[in-house]
This record gives sequence, structure tokens and C-alpha cells, in this order.
Amino acid sequence: MAELSYREAVAYGIAQEMRRDPSLVMLGEDIAGAGGVFKTTVGLLDEFGPLRVRDTPISEQAILGAAMGAAMTGVPVIAEIMFSDFLAVCWDIVANEIAKTRYMTAGQVSLPLVIRTANGGGSRFGAQHSQSVENWCMMIPGLKVVAPSTPADVVGLMAAAVRDPDPVVMFEHKSLMANKGEIPEGEHVEELGTARVLREGSDCTIVALALMVPRAMTAAERLADEHGISAEVIDLRTLVPLDTKAILESVSKTSRLFTVEENPQLCGWGAEIASLVANEAFWDLDGPVVRITTPHIPLPAAESLEDMAIPSADRIVSEVSAALD
Amino acid sequence: MSSELAEPGLLDYAQRAPRRPAPLDPAVDQLEIPLETRVSMYETQHVLRQMEKRAHDLFLQNLVKGTSHLSLGMEAVATGFAAAMRPDDYTFATYRGHAHTMARGAPLGPVLAELLGRSNGLLAGKGGSMHLTSVEHGMMGSYAIIGAHLCIANGAAWSAQMRQSGQVAVAFFGDGTTNIGAFHEALNLAVVWDLPVVFVCENNLYMEYTPIDLVTAVPNPAADRAAAYGLERIIVDGNDADAVHVEAKRTVERARAGEGPSLVEALTYRHGGHSRADPGKYRPADEIEAWMERDPIPTYHQRLLRLGVEEGRLASIQQDVARRVDEATEFAKAGEVPGGDLLLTDVWADGGWSWRN
Repeated sequence: MAELSYREAVAYGIAQEMRRDPSLVMLGEDIAGAGGVFKTTVGLLDEFGPLRVRDTPISEQAILGAAMGAAMTGVPVIAEIMFSDFLAVCWDIVANEIAKTRYMTAGQVSLPLVIRTANGGGSRFGAQHSQSVENWCMMIPGLKVVAPSTPADVVGLMAAAVRDPDPVVMFEHKSLMANKGEIPEGEHVEELGTARVLREGSDCTIVALALMVPRAMTAAERLADEHGISAEVIDLRTLVPLDTKAILESVSKTSRLFTVEENPQLCGWGAEIASLVANEAFWDLDGPVVRITTPHIPLPAAESLEDMAIPSADRIVSEVSAALD
Repeated sequence: MSSELAEPGLLDYAQRAPRRPAPLDPAVDQLEIPLETRVSMYETQHVLRQMEKRAHDLFLQNLVKGTSHLSLGMEAVATGFAAAMRPDDYTFATYRGHAHTMARGAPLGPVLAELLGRSNGLLAGKGGSMHLTSVEHGMMGSYAIIGAHLCIANGAAWSAQMRQSGQVAVAFFGDGTTNIGAFHEALNLAVVWDLPVVFVCENNLYMEYTPIDLVTAVPNPAADRAAAYGLERIIVDGNDADAVHVEAKRTVERARAGEGPSLVEALTYRHGGHSRADPGKYRPADEIEAWMERDPIPTYHQRLLRLGVEEGRLASIQQDVARRVDEATEFAKAGEVPGGDLLLTDVWADGGWSWRN
């Protein structure tokens, strides 16, 4: 077992796949010479050379277009979009081209590609470099969506994403980069579409993703210690495909559901889960589903304001305990 | 330019001075193109012409639903390039992609069936007119939002470069595309990475309903941008398949030899409007007349006669194409309307659409 930071796990996971598949290439801004602005691709240029690890101009459409064209002609690709906010400048290629081409061509075109991108707040970068936009991708048919919360999952889900024959968007959380964790020995591959129950509980289910996972875990400890509430915590890990079984099984046991979402409230991923549970587990519920989200605002830059906006462990404790009171 | 746009009277574009085609260059007769290649390009142009006319007829019969964007009048560009490409080269087209799809050899019946929304269509009725694709013929797709496919063509060229396959990607697009960001992103990356790609602007003088010169900073929307990327300024008579073909061969072979990308501007003209809903009345009548006189197909017919091909042979090609178009029509009309079995297939590589367990 090696202990790696989340940021180191990104390069470790990519290297694992590039060693396995000599045809796999990557491209993006500042990923080669600089090792990535978040230092998530350090060492890859040295090991795999400039033809497999390519720096690009600041041209997000050119980056994802190149990824798509290469993937459709037999070269699997990992493309980096530096900040997930920048998906907006190449959204045509993500939402209209990459997501839809297999369906539109009746299966003629395969797109084995991964779009990696740094997502989420906590870095005081303001409204255009801090968003959680996983829900943008979740709502587009044809995209798979992954958001790991631990270094081990970064490696395992990266492998799963690369090996998946469909386009996968992988959200790496900026505020998790320094977190450390154990990486299993040998080749590590997870399965897309599998959530993980991180903490068993009987009074309520808390479903979280990415940065919200450690916060939900902290909150669960405090709910137990301070309020005598036994919370089950589920790390979704993948939004598409969605592990609905894990959610429904947990709710059937606990009878209460809370989602903790970093995305702004409207059309956040938790709304889909609330709808799912309302449709399929309504009679299991003992009370309303509660969504704990960032308010429906652009993210502010100031530390104090950003900390108020994004759900914290304090807020989770307070909302869950109030609802179960 | 902006002051002209500000004059309300001049917004009736049909009243503008006509932009006429250059006269046919007599020297093209003498270009070194094998006669059989020319006869083959004659046939291809007839296929494209007669198929697009048939598509229009079927639309008038309310059998083609949705929209469609015909290449009537622009057949020489698709033809000249297709004849210069290797079977494994890649074509990327826009929503105006019927001609490019057929020029690469996609079967005619499934093309028409796709326009009719039938399950025997090229895309089983799921893509429609604007997304014609036939990977087995190197036709890697028709992309209906302009710009993106230039970037995607780069990717196919990058892949060919990495695989050292000698394949070339050719991306066709209209004059309007030269004003979207993706055009510029694609050109820059193609040059920086020395990609085996040829960008072909089919300048038909109108971006949808608006004269391109009124909304573009330079007179030749593609060629005048070439210098910004260190590329040669190339303008070709897009209504002459031979002129196109010679330039296509040169640029495609350049790319294949590892000498990098090219940007070609082919001057041409739509016989009809932008899409099926558009009669194209924003164009001066004498402009249309001048371009109709330079219709690429009759002029090519005359050239082949001058070069010694017998009228009878050309007539028999036309008749053969007419028969194939009739057969394609019957094939399309006989196709089934797609059923629910197709609705939920091929979202994912496993053939299905499931987003949950």
C-alpha cells in the first residue's frame, strides 16, 4: 500500500493506464511541461514523452475536438479541461457532439475518451473558477459522470473511465487535492456506477459526492456524538450511471434521506435522487427528503462568503439534526 | 461594411450589385487529369445532382420531414476532393453533407431512406439529413453546428499522424463557419501540430440568408485568413471539378507527405436557398443567372466533349444514374418506419441507454 495525495493519485492513475495501453494519449493546457496547474500530471511527460502527453494552446474546442476525432478513429484519449467552468467554452463539443454522436450514427461511432477537469469551490477563486458543474454533465444523455472523493477512487475510477468505451467526464475536486489516502497495491480498477456505503447507520441516509463526502463523514460523527443520530453515509462516486440500488436500499433501512450537494440548488443532482426516492421509495420515507446545497447564487470569492455558501459539516449537522428532531 | 449595414435600403440584399463568378478558365482543359478520372467525376456530379433533386422532389411530396440543406450547384467541390482521396481518408462535413457522403461512396438507397426517416436509412432514421455518416466509407460525420467538426477533423488527423497510417482528414464547411471561434482554434492547432488535414471552405457567398461579405472583415473569408496561420492563400473555382481536383490532390498529398495542413477556399454558389424552407430570394436575379450559366455540370459536359468523350457515353452515364436514383427512391420508400425497438438503442457502447441499475 502506498499513501498518495489526491493530486498524486491523478498522475498515478493515468500512468497506470498509459502503461497498460500504449495507444492511450493525453492532451490539455499546461499538462506536459508544467505538470498541470494543479500538479496532477507531474511526471507523465518524462515517462511517456511529448507525443503521448501534449500541451495545447488555450483552445478548449480544439482540445475536445481533437480528443473526439482521435477517439473515433481508434486512439483513446484523456483530455484535460483545466477548470470545469471552462466546459462552457467548449460545451458544443461536449453536449452536442461527444454525447450524441454514437446515438445519431446508430452506433457507427465509438468515443473512448475521458474529459478530466478540476471542479468545485473552496479555493477562493470566485464565480468563474469554483463551480461544481457535475450536474451540467449529468443532464446530457450520452455522458458518463464520475467524481471521486479519495485518492484510491481517483485511481480506480480513472482506470474505469479510461477502459469504458463511452465518453466519461471525470471531476477532480480542487479542495481534495492535498488529501492523502492509501492506494491498493497492484492494478486498481473500480466499477463505474457503484456507490459506496462509507458509514452504516440506521436513522438517516446522507448521500454525498466529492468534497461533500468528507464533510458528510465529519457531520455523521458529530451527529452520533452530539445528537445520538445514526447516519448512513453514501459516497455516490458516479452520477451516470447512477447506483440507485444503493440509495433505495439505504433509504428502505433508514427511512430518511438527505443529499449534500455542492452544486447550486436548482436542478442539482440531489433533485434527481429526491425524485427517484419519491417515486420508488415513497412509502419507506418517514419524513421529507432534505437537500443541503449551495444556495442558488454564483459563488463569491471572499473566504467568509464562500464558506457560508458551500455546505459545511456544521450546516449538515444542523440541518439533519433539525429535521430529525 | 458597417455603414452599409446601417443603410436600411441595402438590407434588401436582392438589390445589391451581383457578385458574378469568374469565367471558366480555358487552361483547365489541359490539366493533367486522366480522362477516366474525369468521366468518373462527371458521373459523381450527376449522382449528387440527381439525388439532391430527388430529395427536393420527395420533400415536395411531404416524404422528407424536418429540414434539409441541398448542395445543388456545389457538386464540383465534393466531387473534386473525393476523387483525390484514398478510400481510408476521412471526410467531415456540415449539415450540408449529402453530397460529401455520396461522393465518398455511401450507398444511395440508405441516404435517401435516412432523409425519409426510415429504419433502412444510413443511420436507422436516428440522425436525419444533417448528420449523414458512413464510417465504412471514411465519411466520419455531418456536423450540424458549424465549427466543431474542424476541431474534430484535427483529431482524426492527429490519430492518423500518431498511427503513421498516412491517412488525411478533409473538413468541408461554409463561408459562415470562418467567423466562429472553432475555425480559428482548429487552424492554429493544425498548424502547430503539423496535422495531415485539409480545410475546405465552400464559399457560396451567403451565410444562410446574409451575404458573407457584409459580415466578414475580409473579402475572401477563408483565404484571407490563411496568412494569420502561416498558410498559403488558396482560392479555387469551386464550380469546376477539375480545378478543385487538382488543388485537392496537391493539398491532400501535401498532408499525406507530412507537410502539414492547408486551407482551400472554393468559390461556388447554391442553386437554391439555405435550407428547404428558403427560396433564396435575398439574392440578386442577375447574380443567380450569372452563376446558373456557370453551373458546374453542363460546363463539365462540354469539357468532356471537347476532350473527345462521345455524347452517347455521357448520355448513358446520365441514364444509368437516373436508374440508380429511382432504385434508391424505391428502396427508401419501401423502408419501415422506425419502431420503438430503435428508440432506446445505441446511447452507450453496450447498445443500450440505461443510466441506472
